Amino acid sequence: MLRFIFTRLLQAIPVLLVVITVTFFLVRFAPGGPFDGERKVDPSVLKALEAQYNLDQPLITQYFSYLGDLIQGDLGPSFKYPGRSVNELIGAGFPITAELGIYAILVALAIGGCAGVLSALKPNSTRDYVSMSAAMIGICMPAFLLGPLLILIFGIWLEWLPVSGWGDLPGDKVLPSLTLGAVYAAYVARLSRGGMLEVLSQDYIRTARAKGLPEHVVILKHGLRAGMLPVVAYLGPAFAGILSGSFVIESVFQIHGLGRFYVLAAFNRDYTLIMGCTVFLAALIILFNLFSDVLAAYLNPRLRSQLGGKS
Amino acid sequence: MTSQAENLTNIDQFESGRSLWQDAWSRLKRNKLAIIGLSLLIFIGLVCILTPWIAPYSYEHQNLALGATPPSAQHWFGTDNLGRDLMTRVMYGGRVSLAVGLIATAVALTIGVTWGAIAGYTGGKVDTIMMRLVDIIYALPFMIFIVLLMVVFGRSLLLLFLAIGAVEWLTMARIVRGQVQTLRQLEFVEAAISIGLSKATIIRRHIIPNALGPVIVYTTLTIPNVMLLEAFLSFLGLGIQPPQSSWGVLISNGVEGMEEYPWLLIFPGLALSIVLFSLNFLGDGLRDALDVRASKD
Amino acid sequence: MHPPHLRAIELLRTLMRQTSPKQTLHRLLISTLALTSLTLMACSNGETRVESGNRDGIFHVENSAEPQSIDPHVSTGVPENNIILALFEGLVSKDPADLTPVPGIAERWEISEDGKTYLFYIRENARWSDGEPITAHDYVWSWSRSLNPQMANEYAYMLFPLKNAEPYATGKMDNFDEVGVHAISDRILKVELENPTDYFLQLLDHHSTYAVPKHTILKYGSKTDRFSNWTRPGNMVSSGPFRLKEWDIYKVLKVEKNPYYWDKDTVSLNEIHFYPIENFSTAERMFRVGQVHKTFEIPLNKVDVYRKENPETLRNEPYIGTYYYQFNVTKPPFDDVRVRRALSLAIDREAINHSVMFGVVEPAYTLTPPGASGYEPPKLISFDPEEARRLLAEAGYPNGEGFPEVELLYNTNESHRKIAVAVQQMWNENLNLNIQLLNQEWKVYLASRNNLDYDIARAGWIGDIVNPINFLDLGLSSNGNNRSGYNNPAYDELILKTIPESATKEERLANFAKAEEIILNEMPFVPIYTYKTKYLLDPSVKGLTPNFMDYYSYKHVTLGN
Repeated sequence: MLRFIFTRLLQAIPVLLVVITVTFFLVRFAPGGPFDGERKVDPSVLKALEAQYNLDQPLITQYFSYLGDLIQGDLGPSFKYPGRSVNELIGAGFPITAELGIYAILVALAIGGCAGVLSALKPNSTRDYVSMSAAMIGICMPAFLLGPLLILIFGIWLEWLPVSGWGDLPGDKVLPSLTLGAVYAAYVARLSRGGMLEVLSQDYIRTARAKGLPEHVVILKHGLRAGMLPVVAYLGPAFAGILSGSFVIESVFQIHGLGRFYVLAAFNRDYTLIMGCTVFLAALIILFNLFSDVLAAYLNPRLRSQLGGKS
Repeated sequence: MTSQAENLTNIDQFESGRSLWQDAWSRLKRNKLAIIGLSLLIFIGLVCILTPWIAPYSYEHQNLALGATPPSAQHWFGTDNLGRDLMTRVMYGGRVSLAVGLIATAVALTIGVTWGAIAGYTGGKVDTIMMRLVDIIYALPFMIFIVLLMVVFGRSLLLLFLAIGAVEWLTMARIVRGQVQTLRQLEFVEAAISIGLSKATIIRRHIIPNALGPVIVYTTLTIPNVMLLEAFLSFLGLGIQPPQSSWGVLISNGVEGMEEYPWLLIFPGLALSIVLFSLNFLGDGLRDALDVRASKD
Repeated sequence: MHPPHLRAIELLRTLMRQTSPKQTLHRLLISTLALTSLTLMACSNGETRVESGNRDGIFHVENSAEPQSIDPHVSTGVPENNIILALFEGLVSKDPADLTPVPGIAERWEISEDGKTYLFYIRENARWSDGEPITAHDYVWSWSRSLNPQMANEYAYMLFPLKNAEPYATGKMDNFDEVGVHAISDRILKVELENPTDYFLQLLDHHSTYAVPKHTILKYGSKTDRFSNWTRPGNMVSSGPFRLKEWDIYKVLKVEKNPYYWDKDTVSLNEIHFYPIENFSTAERMFRVGQVHKTFEIPLNKVDVYRKENPETLRNEPYIGTYYYQFNVTKPPFDDVRVRRALSLAIDREAINHSVMFGVVEPAYTLTPPGASGYEPPKLISFDPEEARRLLAEAGYPNGEGFPEVELLYNTNESHRKIAVAVQQMWNENLNLNIQLLNQEWKVYLASRNNLDYDIARAGWIGDIVNPINFLDLGLSSNGNNRSGYNNPAYDELILKTIPESATKEERLANFAKAEEIILNEMPFVPIYTYKTKYLLDPSVKGLTPNFMDYYSYKHVTLGN
C-alpha cells in the first residue's frame, strides 16, 4: 500500500511538470497581455513595465527562471496587484475556499446521505420519487441561479440571513455553504441510494436480519458502512471540483476566496497568478484523486488483492 | 455477490446480443415513468426540429416600443426587454441546446468510455500513462484553453462541441475505468479470457455492457451540465452569437432580472428541467432494463 | 409565545425522548431540520450596517473591484482613484460642485503674465499622516518619481505640460534638474510649462501628480519600486483627509480620519470602508438590505424598480464620457465615408436610450459630451433613415445589395449585447443590411481593436479632465487610443498646432467646434450615448455633491437622517 502511494506521488512530478509547461505557454499565447487596458499604454511605458516583470527576455529563459523560482517555492509577483506576491494571494484566498468547501461537503453528506438512504429503504415509493426528484433539481439548478434564489428568499424576503459576506455577520456562512453543497448533495443522494440498494440486497444483510437484529442497527451498522462506499470514493474528485469551481458562489456571495482570484486572474492575464493557482490546484487535484483511488482500492476487497500484488 | 450459475447465464445472454436488447426493451416498456420521459423527449425534439415552421414569430424580431411584457394571449411566454417573443426564442434555443447537449455528450461518452475501458482493462503502464494524462487535462486552466482554441481555430460550432467534450469526458473516463477494473476480476470475464476471446471482443461484449449502469446515470447528469457550460462558452465568445440564443444563455440572462421579469427565467428553466427529468427517468429505466441481476429479483 | 429557539429546543427534547428504533432515521432528519431552523432564527439581527455606520460615522462604499495598487504613481483605474481621493490631496483641489480649482495642499498660487510660470505656496500646516511636514521638496521628488521611466507610470503624461517633462519621461534626457519644477524654499514651488496650458491646474488634482512621502517610500524600498510594501496598512503615509487603516484583499479596505490633515475639522466621517464587488447584482442586494451606503453601479433591470419605489436613492447625473461605435476605416466598405455616415444616420439613439438603457443615459450626437468647460459641440447628425438609404445607394449598395459580410465587435457584457442587438436590427430594418454580431472576452477584444482586426467595434471614452481636447484627441492619427485607422493630416494639424496656439478662449472654442465638425462629417466614430452616473446612494448620506466627473470629496460627506 505504501509503495503504491509512493509510486503515485513520484508519478505526480512529471504530471505537474507537464501541467506547468503547457499552462505556461498556453497563457503566453492567449491574446491580450496583462497590461492591455481600455487606454493604450505608451510604448515606452510598456517597455519599462515588461522589463520590470522580465517579459522582455526570451520566452524560454522566462520559463526556466520560473521553474527555478518554483522549486524554491516562489510563485513570483502578481502582475495585476503590484506589491503582492502570488504566494501571499494564495495564502489569503485558499483557507477561505477550503473552509467553504468543507462546509459544502458536510452539507452534501448530511442532506444527500439522508435523502439517499431514506430512498433506498423504500425504493419506488413516493418518498423515493420525491427525494430523487429533489436531487435532480439540485443537479440541474446551476449555482448562479440557486445562490440568488436562496438570497432572495432567506436574505431579502424573510430577512433571516445576511445576503453576502463571509465571517463578517452572524450566519453569513450558511447560504454559501448550502448553495455550493446543494449540487453535490444531489450527486451524493443518487450515489448513496444506489450503494444502499446494492448492499441491502446482499446476503450478509439478510443474515443480520434473520438473526433478529433491530432494523436500525442493521441499517446503520452494517448497511451504511458498505453502502456509502461509492460516496466516499466520490468525495476526492468532488472536493477538488469544489475548490476549483467555487468562483460563482464566491462572486454571488462576495467571498474573498481563491476561486475569485483564479478566474479574475485568467480574465486579467495575470500570468504569474494564473500559473500559481494552476500549479497549486493541480497538486491538490492529484492528491485528491490519489486519495480517492487509494480509498476505493482499500474498501473494495476485489481491488485490495490487486494492490497487495503490487506492493 | 453473483453466484457461479448466474454468471453462466450472463455469458449466454451476452453471446446472443440481440435477445438482450429485445429483453431490455420489453422491460423498459413496462416502466411507466421511463416511457413518459421518452415520449416527452420525442415531443420536445419534434417541436425543436419543426420550430422554423411552427414558431409564432421570427427569433430576431424586435419591438422596442413593447419592451418586456408578462405572458399574454399574443405572447404565451411573454417578451424580453427588446420586445422579442420568448416562446419563439425558447423554441429556437432548444435547437441549439439539444444539439449541443446530445453531440457534446456523445463526444464525451465516446472518448470517456473508450479511454476508461482501455485503461482499466489493460492496466499496468498503459493505465498509468492514460490516467495521468487525465489528471493533466483536469488541471489545465479551462478558460485560457478555450480562448486559445478560438484564436487558433476561429469560431465554429464544431469547436464548441469539441471544447465541451474535451472536459466532460474526464470524469466519465475515471468512472468507467473504476467499473472495468472491478469487472475484470469477475469470474465470467476470466472465463471469457480462458475461452480465448480477443481483448477487443471481451471489452465490447462483456465489459462495456456490464459497466453501462453507472455510465447511463452519469450521462443523464452530463447533459444538463453541458447545456449550462455552453452558456459560459458563449460568454467567452465561443458558441452561438446573438441574436441567436440557447436555453443556457436564456437562463443566465433570466437570472439577472428574476425579480422584475420572472417569466424570462421560468420558461427556459422549465424547458431545461423537463428535458432533464425525462432524460433521468429514461436513464433509470434503461439502467434497470439492462441490469441483468436486477431483473432476476 | 416562546422565542423561536426555545421552541426548537423543546422540539428536540421531545424527539430525544422517543425511543422507537424504527424512527431513528426520521428523528435524525427532523433534528437536522430543527437545528437548521434554530440557526437561521438565531441569525436574524436588528441593526443594519448602514444604521450602525450612521451612528459611528462609518461610510460603507461598494467599489466594484479590488484596487490593484493605491500608490498614486502606479494606480490606473476608477476603483483605485475612488480610494486615493480619500487618502491623498492634490496641490490644487476641485470644487465638488462645479469642479473649478480650489486650494488643496497649496493655499494659493500665482500665474505669470505669459501663463507659463506658476508659483505655488504650500500650507504651513500641511502634514503627512505621520505628522511630518509636506514641503515643496516633496513635490520635486514626487514628480521626478512620477515621470521616471523606471516607474512605468501609465499616467506620467499628466505632467507633460511641464518644461522638458516629456523628454525626461521618455528617456531622451537624464537630468531631472532641467524639468520645469523647482523648490524655491520649503514652502514655495516654482513650475515652468512648455506652453501656456489653460487646464494645468486641473491636472494637479490627478493622482499621478500627487506628492508621495519620500521618507516612507525609501524606508520600504527604492524610489521607483512598483512592488514596494509602502502601501500596506501600518506602513502607508498619506496627505489627504483619511489614512489607510486595514486592507483585507478582496474583502474590504478601510481608511480612517487623518488627525494631521490640515482641514481635519471639516472632516465629519470617522472611517470609510470600500468593498470590492464585481457582481453588480450582489451589490444591489447588499444595498437593499442596508449593508452599504453607496453602490458603484445599479444593474439596468433594477432601474425602473428604484425609479418607482425609491427615486431618492437613485443617482443619475451627467458624466463626462461617450459610448461610441468605431469603424475600421482602413478596409472596405468602411473606407467610404458615405457608408460610415449611412450607418450612423440609421441608428435611433432615442430608442436605445429608452428601450435598452431604461433612460439612464443621454443620446449622443457629438463625440465630446456637451457642456465640457463651456463648450457646446455642434450637433450635425440625427436619426434620418431616408438620408441614410440615399448615402448607401450612392456608395454603391442600393437597398443594401452587394454589401460585404461584416461583423460588429463588442466585449461580453449585458448592456453592450443589448445595444448591439438593437443596432443590428435598426441597420437591418432601415438599410436592409445583415450585420453579424461578435462578442469577445475583454482582453481578446482589446487585442482585436489594437490590431485593427475588426469591422465595427464598440468603444467608450471617459474624460480624464474637463476639456474637449481630451475627446477630440481620439481622432489623432498618432493617438494609440484612436484604433480606427483614421488618419487625416488636416485634423492632426488642427489638434496639434492650431488649437494650442489659439490666442483667446473664443478662438479656442471655435477651433474645437471645427475639429468636432470634421469628426462628425467623416464619422470614424459613431457616438451612441453620453454616459450618466447610475448608482444607488442611501438618503442618509449628505454632501456627496454630484458633478461631471463623478469626483468624490469625502471630506464634505456627513451621515445622518
